[in-house]
Amino acid sequence: MEILVCVKRVPDTAENEIVMNSAGNDIERDDLVYSVNEWDNYAVEEAIQIVDKVGGSVTVVTVGDEDSDEVLRREMAMGAEKGLLATDDAFSGSDCKGIATILKGVVSKGKYDLVLTGAQANEGYGAVGGMLAAMMDLPYASLVNKVEVKDGKLVIGREIQGGSQEMNEITLPCVLSIQTGINEPRYVGIRGIRKVSSVEIPQLGASDLSVDGGSVGNAGAKVRKVDYFVPEKGKGAEMLEGSTEEIIDKLIEILKANGGLK
Amino acid sequence: MANIYAYIEHKEGVLDDTSMELIVAAKKIADGPVTAIVTGAGIDAAAQAAAKIYPEVIKLDSPALAYPNAEVIRKALVKVLPSDAIVLVAHGPFGMDLGPGLSIKMDSAFASDIVGIDGTDGNLLKIVRQEFGGVVSVHATCDISKGAVLSIRPGAIGADESKAASGKITDKTGEAGDLSANRKFLEVVQPEAGDVDITKADVLVSIGRGIEDQENIQIAQDLADAMGAVVSCSRPIVDAKWLEPARQVGTSGNTVKPKVYMACGISGSFQHLGGIKGGFIIAINKNPNAPIFQVASVGIVANILEFMPALTEKLRG
Ligand SMILES: Cc1cc2nc3c(=O)[nH]c(=O)nc-3n(C[C@H](O)[C@H](O)[C@H](O)COP(=O)(O)OP(=O)(O)OC[C@H]3O[C@@H](n4cnc5c(N)ncnc54)[C@H](O)[C@@H]3O)c2cc1C
Ligand SMILES: Nc1ncnc2c1ncn2[C@@H]1O[C@H](COP(=O)(O)O)[C@@H](O)[C@H]1O
Repeated sequence: MEILVCVKRVPDTAENEIVMNSAGNDIERDDLVYSVNEWDNYAVEEAIQIVDKVGGSVTVVTVGDEDSDEVLRREMAMGAEKGLLATDDAFSGSDCKGIATILKGVVSKGKYDLVLTGAQANEGYGAVGGMLAAMMDLPYASLVNKVEVKDGKLVIGREIQGGSQEMNEITLPCVLSIQTGINEPRYVGIRGIRKVSSVEIPQLGASDLSVDGGSVGNAGAKVRKVDYFVPEKGKGAEMLEGSTEEIIDKLIEILKANGGLK
Repeated sequence: MANIYAYIEHKEGVLDDTSMELIVAAKKIADGPVTAIVTGAGIDAAAQAAAKIYPEVIKLDSPALAYPNAEVIRKALVKVLPSDAIVLVAHGPFGMDLGPGLSIKMDSAFASDIVGIDGTDGNLLKIVRQEFGGVVSVHATCDISKGAVLSIRPGAIGADESKAASGKITDKTGEAGDLSANRKFLEVVQPEAGDVDITKADVLVSIGRGIEDQENIQIAQDLADAMGAVVSCSRPIVDAKWLEPARQVGTSGNTVKPKVYMACGISGSFQHLGGIKGGFIIAINKNPNAPIFQVASVGIVANILEFMPALTEKLRG
């Protein structure tokens, strides 16, 4: 099975606290540490596990700038065979539809049986996979937490409310967005990344992908960010302050008063 | 005049709470009639319930719609709705499945997980979203001139519980066209019961990614033992297989109603908070800006790996 996995480079919230800049209109972007979107790691791991079972190969693609090369190499160190970097000045400022349009160009240039995305990325849209599927007229399922290859089709589980799982049969080729917890993404060490450091990663621009520059990027975006802000704090919590000992004493009183101690 | 539609989720004739929220969102976009869309098989009760909230109801009633398969419903909506429709869905497992693809097929705009709507400026809808799990908010605009699909975060915009409407129900099943799809629903598998039932606990010591390491789970267990509490957790702890799924609190886990919920190293994402229904929330987090402090009654800025053992020590006396 030929599998394409879409991955995104995002600020790593485990490595840096996201805070507002001094102008108060954007997050502080200096010195941010980036990594692969958490969900995308699960998608790549799932693709590798499928290929381990039924054969084929895994390609990872990202739409981004030169720096995005590093996330492709990380996923290649996990076991993806090929990496593709879709990059063009015309792509910058794309909304989800723009990203999906660019990815459609990438999918159309290959011959993939399965396309995987993460369920969502740092901005919480959860949109690119479903849009890409609809653009390509491929069947789609979101929040997938189980994949089984069966008689040339897939049996997939979708996560729904309360921990229940919705089982579906879906034909190939198709697009799935993968939810965390589906597997345990393998660890990649520095050595693994070093091994793929010189592998060539083709760069694809708008014309290579037959993408009309006006339909993507800021020009084509229907959704645009105006500014970042931190909402007016409401009542908020009563913050306990003082030395650890003082805080603990206050907390124990509060616990007693609210039935928090047996 | 905007054509606004709200897709109503329901189960066994009972509407989801978001049915009373989408109409509030609609009114923030434009003042005018809002149409509910109810799909399923044998859905008179649900359609009638929707008519108590919405002035107009479109009903699509067919055995092919018995289970809400987004791939099938998308095809039907494209046939039934005008091309400039503004379609509202709840931002949950169904809305996430339906919304993005529907916007492509309707050739309209898509904005998801909307937490606030500040009216319109010409063709631009002014929306509020969050990023990075709620740590920062964003003002954004969405061009709705050619219609839109908008997914609204459950619980974020308020509900109209008056049920004062006496809406007209129109059956449009005949217009829905071919209801087949390449994705076929098989069954719903219920979660396995775990050894513990966190939904029955009075006091929960709940841990999140701030616990940092599997070995530190014991710190939480020790504290829970000293308090007479049960350990629960956020999703990343279950994803990492450090605790079993039965201990997860949130929209894709359990809904809990303890007397006291002590959130330790949990940021406070909406999916996590969606599983906490009442109770006195105490939050302990090293980041004073963590969103959990907005919903907690009592907050402590501390490193849980130091604070929890100190509290345990003190309780043991
Ligand atoms: C469809 C869907 C369904 C989901 N369902 C659920 C669900 O049911 N339940 C759920 O919980 N999540 C769910 N999620 C995931 C959710 O969006 C968040 O990713 C998750 O809740 C974050 O968990 P967390 O707060 O533990 O981790 P993080 O958001 O990473 O927060 C960790 C917090 O710990 C603090 N911290 C770190 N170290 C320390 C320390 N030493 N001392 C004190 N504080 C520390 C940090 O400041 C931070 O605030 C779902 C997501 C999706 C897309
Ligand atoms: N710039 C990008 N390049 C490649 N894939 C992306 C990009 N942005 C989003 N995706 C994919 O779409 C998924 C969902 O992202 P989103 O719709 O932005 O929440 C991610 O998990 C990725 O798989």
